[in-house]
Amino acid sequence: MMSKAEQKDFIQNRETKIIKGNVAAAYAAKSARVQVISAYPITPQTTVVEKLSEFVDGGLMPGTQYIKVESEHSVMASIVGASIAGTRTFTATSGQGLFYMNEMVHWASGTRLPIVTAIASRGPAPPWNIWADFTDVISQRDTGWMSAFVTSHQEIYDEILMSYKVCEDHDILLPKFVAYGGFILSHTSKPVIIEEQELVDSYLPPLPDEKGWPHIFIDPERPMMHGNLIMPSGFYSEFRLKIHDAMIRAKEKIKNAAREFEKVFGRNYGNGLIKEYHMDDADVGMIIYGDLALQMEQAVDDLRDEGYKVGMVRLRHYRPFPVEDIIDVAKKVNVLGVMDRATAFGSPTGGPISCEVKTVLHGMDNTAEILPMIAGLGGREVSLDQQKDQLKILIKMHESGEMPEDLIHGTLWHGKLEVK
Amino acid sequence: MNKSKDKRPKLQEYKNWKELPPIPISLPLEASIGITGDWRTYKPVINQEKCNKCGICWMYCPEGVIKKNKDGCFEIDYVYCKGCGICAKECPTNNIEMVREEEINDE
Repeated sequence: MMSKAEQKDFIQNRETKIIKGNVAAAYAAKSARVQVISAYPITPQTTVVEKLSEFVDGGLMPGTQYIKVESEHSVMASIVGASIAGTRTFTATSGQGLFYMNEMVHWASGTRLPIVTAIASRGPAPPWNIWADFTDVISQRDTGWMSAFVTSHQEIYDEILMSYKVCEDHDILLPKFVAYGGFILSHTSKPVIIEEQELVDSYLPPLPDEKGWPHIFIDPERPMMHGNLIMPSGFYSEFRLKIHDAMIRAKEKIKNAAREFEKVFGRNYGNGLIKEYHMDDADVGMIIYGDLALQMEQAVDDLRDEGYKVGMVRLRHYRPFPVEDIIDVAKKVNVLGVMDRATAFGSPTGGPISCEVKTVLHGMDNTAEILPMIAGLGGREVSLDQQKDQLKILIKMHESGEMPEDLIHGTLWHGKLEVK
Repeated sequence: MNKSKDKRPKLQEYKNWKELPPIPISLPLEASIGITGDWRTYKPVINQEKCNKCGICWMYCPEGVIKKNKDGCFEIDYVYCKGCGICAKECPTNNIEMVREEEINDE
């Protein structure tokens, strides 16, 4: 931990810019020295690739190839091709664009390519919606891509850097989504520290050389073909098992990357997988992710001032899911709310993270009661007062021992519109 | 995977999921499907005296069985040549003739 004086000195030696979240993502790709960017615009991520085109055109990213393609499917196809050739790649998309590239998303993880994609999350259509809703990233749950939800502008920059470190680890070699709320983080401006290139270079692994990644490379002297057909009696299942195994092992790597990030750059992100806030002496807690988690910290502070013992857990990673960490926090409280800003239709709770939390806690002793909650879909505003209400519902549940009354199929859909 | 051509495994040598590489890879293996020369009905014969060594037959051969030797002459490997006739079609000086293979009697 740095002293206050060291911290002040540290901050003043770096460049702080007041920039939009999308621009922070572009700066992160620039700091990571990505070599190939493939671009297609979609609201609300368009300015990520637009800013990157300015950098490339202005000569600020020498040697970087910028490919303009005609659809998101081509974006991912060209990025897969570029990655196979042994380059650090980057792209960005949202909502409908992510769905369009879905086929190639599977190909990227099946080929074990360390691609990082920024997602300015947007609600799936219909109805047409361009605002914050994480259903788009969450719908990619089973593709074999890791995914992180980030909460602040600085975290967009930081998480992209941490992601390259984890993805390019030779034991992992899996792609990753870094998701943030569309318009809420993408189009608002906050101060972001853009780190010195030398410091970033010391943290990240070196760029791949002309041989490429350890498992696949383009070399006419040593020709190889990948993606070939495997019969059911062949090793197909075993290759798929390897992807799952790599993602489970990635949990430790994510924690290590976050720990090292704090040592080099001085910013703490919990243990990398989750960040606890006032959970140790809490009666009730809320598991939450995305930008709403930052506001929830204020709600927790306000309720603590009123004397309530509340806490919260910010979920940073959806895949791999932090099983052990959630089991540990669930032991600390009596009631655990899970706030989803996404839907999983037809699932046991309707909310994707609440389903996972219930799965994880199955069979555990001394664990909390779960209240699944959903709010903020399609970018609907969730105010600080509403979040305090949500915490008070948990407190009431803890005191009365009963589930709240207005649940829909077992889940509290908070902030529903009622026109009188 | 980084091994040179002669040091690579000829056939799958992995026993279980832990030994597998991260992705399935196919390495080129000569004659993996057998002696394809047996498939021929017509065989291409290059008229070496008139050949101007342009190399177009060598470039167009889909199987890569036309090879260039030390003198710069082009030779066809009849062990694998399938007799498709592309080299004869592409030769700009019409010096490759497709000759009917002799029939082999089983008696």
